[in-house]
Amino acid sequence: MLADKDRIFTNLYGLHDFGLKGALARGNWDGTKAILEKGRDWIINEMKASGLRGRGGAGFSTGMKWSFMPKQSDGRPHYLVVNADESEPGTCKDREIMRNDPHTLIEGCLIASFAMGAHAAYIYVRGEYIYERNRLQAAVDEAYEARLIGKDNIYGYPFDLYVHHGAGAYICGEETALLESLEGKKGMPRLKPPFPANMGLYGCPTTVNNVESIAVAPTILRRGAAWFSSIGRPNNVGTKLFSLAGHVNTPCVVEEAMSIPFRELVDKHGGGVRGGWDNLLGIIPGGASCPVIPAEQCADLIMDFDGTRAVKSSFGTAGVLVMDKSTDIIKAIARISAFFKHESCGQCTPCREGTGWMWRVVNRMAEGRAQKREIDMLLEVTTQIEGHTICALGDAAAWPVQGLIRHYRHVIEERIDQYAANPHPDPVAVAAE
Amino acid sequence: MSVRRLAAEQPESFDFTPELEAVAQKLIAKYPEGRQASAVVPLLWETQKAAGGWLPEPAIRAVAERLGMANIRVLEVATFYTMFNLEPVGKYFVQLCGTTPCMLRGAEAIRHVCERKIGHERHVSADGTFSWLEVECLGACTNAPMVQINDDYYEDLTPENFEKLLDDLAAGRPVKVGPQNTRQGSEPEGGARVLIDPALYAFKSNVPGFADAPATETPDLLAAGLPRAAAESPVDPTAALSAAQEKAADGADTREKREAVAAEATKPSGAGE
Repeated sequence: MLADKDRIFTNLYGLHDFGLKGALARGNWDGTKAILEKGRDWIINEMKASGLRGRGGAGFSTGMKWSFMPKQSDGRPHYLVVNADESEPGTCKDREIMRNDPHTLIEGCLIASFAMGAHAAYIYVRGEYIYERNRLQAAVDEAYEARLIGKDNIYGYPFDLYVHHGAGAYICGEETALLESLEGKKGMPRLKPPFPANMGLYGCPTTVNNVESIAVAPTILRRGAAWFSSIGRPNNVGTKLFSLAGHVNTPCVVEEAMSIPFRELVDKHGGGVRGGWDNLLGIIPGGASCPVIPAEQCADLIMDFDGTRAVKSSFGTAGVLVMDKSTDIIKAIARISAFFKHESCGQCTPCREGTGWMWRVVNRMAEGRAQKREIDMLLEVTTQIEGHTICALGDAAAWPVQGLIRHYRHVIEERIDQYAANPHPDPVAVAAE
Repeated sequence: MSVRRLAAEQPESFDFTPELEAVAQKLIAKYPEGRQASAVVPLLWETQKAAGGWLPEPAIRAVAERLGMANIRVLEVATFYTMFNLEPVGKYFVQLCGTTPCMLRGAEAIRHVCERKIGHERHVSADGTFSWLEVECLGACTNAPMVQINDDYYEDLTPENFEKLLDDLAAGRPVKVGPQNTRQGSEPEGGARVLIDPALYAFKSNVPGFADAPATETPDLLAAGLPRAAAESPVDPTAALSAAQEKAADGADTREKREAVAAEATKPSGAGE
C-alpha cells in the first residue's frame, strides 16, 4: 500500500481546511518560485522524465503534450485549459480535488501555464458541480488576494486564472468540444488537425489537460521526477486517484500507487466485494466506456494502462465499477448504451443513429426478446460505429457492447432461450376506458 | 441525442434586471475583448436561476441581445445543454442519477419513491413544490445512489432516508446536504483508512505572509463543509435558518474566513514594498 507520505492529495476527504492556510500547512505552494526559476525547458523535461501519463483517460504523456506548444509566441496568446468536465460514469476523482484540495490545481495551473508560455488559463468545470465550482472559485479568490496568481503576483509572471462552467453535456469532456463550448457554442467536437496546440481556444495555441494531470505537477516537480517514476512499474508510473463504485462494501475514492493489483485495491480500500470475492461477476475498470472484465480475469489483474490492455479493456480514468453476481449484466450494459445515446452530440451519423440502434437492440436482449443471429449483427454494427466518427464517443459507445458480447454471449443466449421457451403473447392493444 | 423543445406556453416578456446585468458584466470580464459569446452558458445559467428555474423563450432572446449574438446561436445552445430547463420545474427540482453506477446501488428504488411521492417524471406536483427528472451520471459514483436537488447533492440514499428528505424539504425543515449516512465525503464508510499521518498537516510554509502562521491542526472547516446551507439557492426557505445554525456551529462562515486569511496575507507583504 502507498505510504501516506507519498500521497499527493492529502485532503482528499475534506477533513481539513480546503483554503489557503490549510493548503500551506500541507506543503502546497512550497518553493514554487524556485521551480519557476529553473525555467520552461527544465519543467517540461522533468515532466517528461517523470513518466506522468494524462489522467483523463487517454494516457498520453503530459510532458510531451506540454512540449507541443510553440516555443516562441507568434503574437497570439497561449492558453491552458483544464478539463474539469468530469462526466464519465464511475468516475468522481476530480471532484475531490476541486472541492477539497483546490490549491494543488491552482498551483499546477500556474506552473503549467508558465511552462507553456500561457498567461491565462481556464478551468472548465461541469455544470452540475456547483458546490465544487464555488469552492474552487473561493480558493482562486484567495490565491489572488495572497498574490500567488494575478497580473502582479509575487512570482513576477503575470497569470490570470478563470473558472468557467458547462451545463450538462458529457461530450464537452472531449477536448475540442470543450473548446467549442468555452467559445460559447454547442459542444460539438472539431476535426483534427489542426490540433489545439496550434489552433485551440479562439484560434490560439492551447493545451487541454485533465484536472489530476495538472494538480500532480507541482508535487512531482518539488519531489523530483525520480520519486514519481519509482512508484508503479515502467510505462505506468506514479500515484493515481482510484474511485471504487458499485458492489463493494465501502465505496470510496483513494490515491494509490499505479500497478496495484485489483484484488488488493478492492480488499484494502473497498472493504472487499459485496458477498465475498467469489461473488464477483466482473468489473468495468475505468469509466463506462471501457469494456467489462469478467471475474476470472480479475484475480491477477494489475490496475494500470498495460495491465488492463492485456485483458482487452482500458485503464481510462481508473473509476472502477464492481459488479457482483446479483447484477443483470445485459441490463447494466443497456443502461450504459442509454447513456451514450443520450450524450451523443448528433454531429456524426454513425454515432447519432448507431448509439440509439445499439441501445434498442441491447434493451431487447436484456428481456430476451431477440434472435441469436442478432448478436453477431450487433457486433458488426459496433465495428461500423467504432472509428467512423470525429471524436471517440462513437468508440466509447461501441466498446461496452463489444465487451458484453465477448464475455457474456452465453448469458444473452440463455436469456433468449428462456424468453422463447415461455409463451409471450404479443400485447393486445386495449382501448382507453 | 435528447429531443428538447421549448415549452408550448411562454410568458410575454422577460425582465433583464439590473442584478442580472451586474452578473453579466462580471462574467463577460473573464474573457478577452470581443469574446463575450464565451459567457453564454454561464449567463444562461444565471438567467435560468433568475427566471425561477427554467428558461422561457423571451429570456433566451434577452441573453442573445445582451451578448450581441444571433438569436439562433443562443437558442441552439439552450437546447443543446441539458441543464437548461425549457419548461417550468418545481420549487425543489430533483435530478435523479440513473446511470449504471447508481443503478447498481439502487437508483431504481429511489426512482419509485419519486414516482410515488411526486408523480410522473417531468410533471410539477400540484402545489408546485416538486418535480423530478432522471438524468445521466452526476459524477458522485462512490456515494451512489444520489440526487441533485436544485444546487445541492444528496448522496448515499436509501428509499427511507430519501423519503424523509423529501418530507423535510416540503415541510421547510433544515436538511443535511451531502451524504445522508455517517460519511463526510468520499471516504469509506466508517472512517478514512489512509491520510492519518499527522505530519502531513504540519508543514511550515515560507510563502510571504504565511511564514509565521501556525499550521492548522484542527479540521476547522469540518462544520462549514458538507452540511452546508443552501445559501445561494434562491428558492430555499430553510437557507437562512440553516445558515444561522452553521454559523453558530462554526463561529464564522467561509467567506468571512477567507477575508480574514486575505487580510493576514496582505499585511506583511504590503509592508515589505
